[in-house]
Amino acid sequence: MVFTVSEKGLELRKTVEEISGENIFKCYQCGKCSATCPVVDSMDMAPNKVIRLVQTGDVEVLNQNTFWVCAACFTCSARCPRSVDIAKIMEGLRNVKLRNKQDFINIYSKEFIEKLIEEIPQMAIVSAIKKGVW
Amino acid sequence: MDSNSSSPRVGVFVCHCGSNIAGTVDVEKVAQEISKMEGVAYAGTYIYMCSDPGQKLMRETIEKEKLDRVVVAACSPTLHEKTFQINSKNAGLNPYQCEIANIREHCSWVHEDNKKATEKAIKITKSIVEKVKEDKSLTDIEVPITKKAIVIGGGVSGIQAALDIANGGYKTYLIEKDSSIGGKMAKLSETFPTLDCSQCILTPKMVEASNHPNIELMTYSEVESVSGYVGNFKVKIKKKPTSVNWDLCTGCGDCYNKCPAKVPSEFQEGLSKRAAIYIPFPQAVPNKPVIDRENCLYYQKGICKICEKVCKIGAIDFDMKEDIVEIDTGAIVVATGYREYPLENLTEYGGGKYPNVISGLKFERLLSASGPTGGQIIRPSDGKSVKDIVFVQCAGSRDIEEHKPYCSKICCMYTAKHAMLFKHKVHDGNAYVFYIDVRTAGKDYEEFYYRTTEEDHALYTRGKVSKIFEDGEKVVVWGVDTLTGKKVEIKADLAVLAMAIEPSVGIKELQQKLKISIDENGFLKEAHPKLRPVESMTSGIFFAGAAQGPKDIPESVSQAGAAASKVLSMFSSNMLHKEPLICEIDEDVCSGCGVCIALCPYKALEAEITTKEGKEVKRSKLNEALCQGCGTCSSACPSGAATMRNDETKNMFKMIEVILE
Repeated sequence: MVFTVSEKGLELRKTVEEISGENIFKCYQCGKCSATCPVVDSMDMAPNKVIRLVQTGDVEVLNQNTFWVCAACFTCSARCPRSVDIAKIMEGLRNVKLRNKQDFINIYSKEFIEKLIEEIPQMAIVSAIKKGVW
Repeated sequence: MDSNSSSPRVGVFVCHCGSNIAGTVDVEKVAQEISKMEGVAYAGTYIYMCSDPGQKLMRETIEKEKLDRVVVAACSPTLHEKTFQINSKNAGLNPYQCEIANIREHCSWVHEDNKKATEKAIKITKSIVEKVKEDKSLTDIEVPITKKAIVIGGGVSGIQAALDIANGGYKTYLIEKDSSIGGKMAKLSETFPTLDCSQCILTPKMVEASNHPNIELMTYSEVESVSGYVGNFKVKIKKKPTSVNWDLCTGCGDCYNKCPAKVPSEFQEGLSKRAAIYIPFPQAVPNKPVIDRENCLYYQKGICKICEKVCKIGAIDFDMKEDIVEIDTGAIVVATGYREYPLENLTEYGGGKYPNVISGLKFERLLSASGPTGGQIIRPSDGKSVKDIVFVQCAGSRDIEEHKPYCSKICCMYTAKHAMLFKHKVHDGNAYVFYIDVRTAGKDYEEFYYRTTEEDHALYTRGKVSKIFEDGEKVVVWGVDTLTGKKVEIKADLAVLAMAIEPSVGIKELQQKLKISIDENGFLKEAHPKLRPVESMTSGIFFAGAAQGPKDIPESVSQAGAAASKVLSMFSSNMLHKEPLICEIDEDVCSGCGVCIALCPYKALEAEITTKEGKEVKRSKLNEALCQGCGTCSSACPSGAATMRNDETKNMFKMIEVILE
């Protein structure tokens, strides 16, 4: 588990900053976002660690579920002492995935409608509508 | 009222100290038992004796009961002995006939059994009553003061202390071992948190110090020896031979421009060379050169003498000898500063081995507009530009096992400054900072650190660097990010180590000459860490700056001001007052054996030969100003001639007797 700063990672940090409009360097890793998150138990990685990986430019951040589990409740953003909008950064990471055509689900597919719609939480459907995917 | 009468009237005041004493000790019973003692005219209690009503009660009782001596049974004398002595003085008594019986720290706080604790409190108080009965009425000792000061060390702290004392109207000698004043601050590029250029704010002060009518600069000089005592020190200063007659020299620079010998410049941290005859930096004060005899071709090989040939006014003096000057002074301010912990000690980081692993101070010279690169950041190995840079904090600090146990305090801020200035100069560069904790306590400091991260995007990584090694042109830094739990590897062009700081070389010798203490880390030890932070335990000697502990510029300057104000307040009176509770030599009993002279830690005793009835008599003579009343002489004296005032042996026996009753 050795991490070396890579061009790809620095690119990821830049993209997430661009999409979210947030200054990722503001975060001083106090962990209040993770402490306040209502769904942190279902996440692979606590939100502050996700922010940390974006800070360091570690592409590993894209291989876990945190930003998909995020309910965009904005509690973290409201309570951050450095006024970092963490929810926006999560959104940025979701967008990075989608723009790379990863984790994309065709909601009009027969498979989705028949099988998955029963399992998808309502929140996800609301979120998808918000993004205009639906 | 002065009382040495044989039938004393002692008043005993027992304090409850809230429940601190009264919770364990039956204070009423103590007062009752004590009142039965012979010579005790009054014994009473009060809830807080040290409070205003408590002190008033004491004064009123002294008057009403016509008391001539007082015992306060309360807390430790270190806390309130002075308070009660002043109070009894205000009531007309001699302050040295007021004693404290410690029944709190020595009794109530350390016992649980009420009955036994009460018995012990009675015994302690009784014993002190016996002491006070024999206490003599004493007057303070007066010592005259020489109203001149010496400041040792010409860095920013020393300059500030000298300026403040001189502005107060007193002659001040500023002693500096190098040929120019300025110290470490002259080497710095810009200063946190405002980024003023260090030279721009320091050099005017240097010039002010050199032009001040009350300041005598003594550069290229060292303290040879110190004798005397507070108000009356005699300091011998060794003026090292500069080999240049400074009275003639105009500072034209012909000599050092022509000198063929080249050695690494100390001021430029070895990044460039200087001649053997040199001024450390162009803005030096005084701006006069010295010859470094170890590297001069004439002194080493007997050839050259080019400087002598080019000097039109004949200021070069190869035969100059060192000179010793003696100065009388009333106070001494020690401002000898710090040095960086040697880079070579950090072997795992390749300190001293790899040219691209450098110390913080060397990086300052790379950043400085007056540095050898004109402020351009290059790799010392090949002069190529730097794109990736790693800063390693706590390099030698906070490492109990191998290096320094303490936090060097200034490194967090200067590393933030380094990373910021690097990004200001190299916009597309990457700055990585490895830290354990970021400690930015100070006005506007935290905000400065935020600027480094938010605006300049220095990447702070929490974790220690384990190893640095060379790989081709790069230095590879192995560290860890403890926040993600991952090992980190960075291939950098330059690694800057935020070295621990330690006291200057020679602090030990100076400490011995001045007879002051140093702590376990070699820094000067203050008389009290909180309440007397600029005073040494030897009166008349004060501290300023990083010699007392790691300090940044604002702190050093404020401590220098504090030390100067201590000196000025001392100089504001014509006589020093000193407690008379010191040794006394009975001339008729002293046999002149000299045991006490050898043992006295303050050198307060000396042998004196007088004639008595036509015969030569040798005996010990006491210097009252030097004696601190430690009692070593009195316990060693074989004939009982040396005694401690108000602590005489016969009193002691009485005190012990009542305890054993």
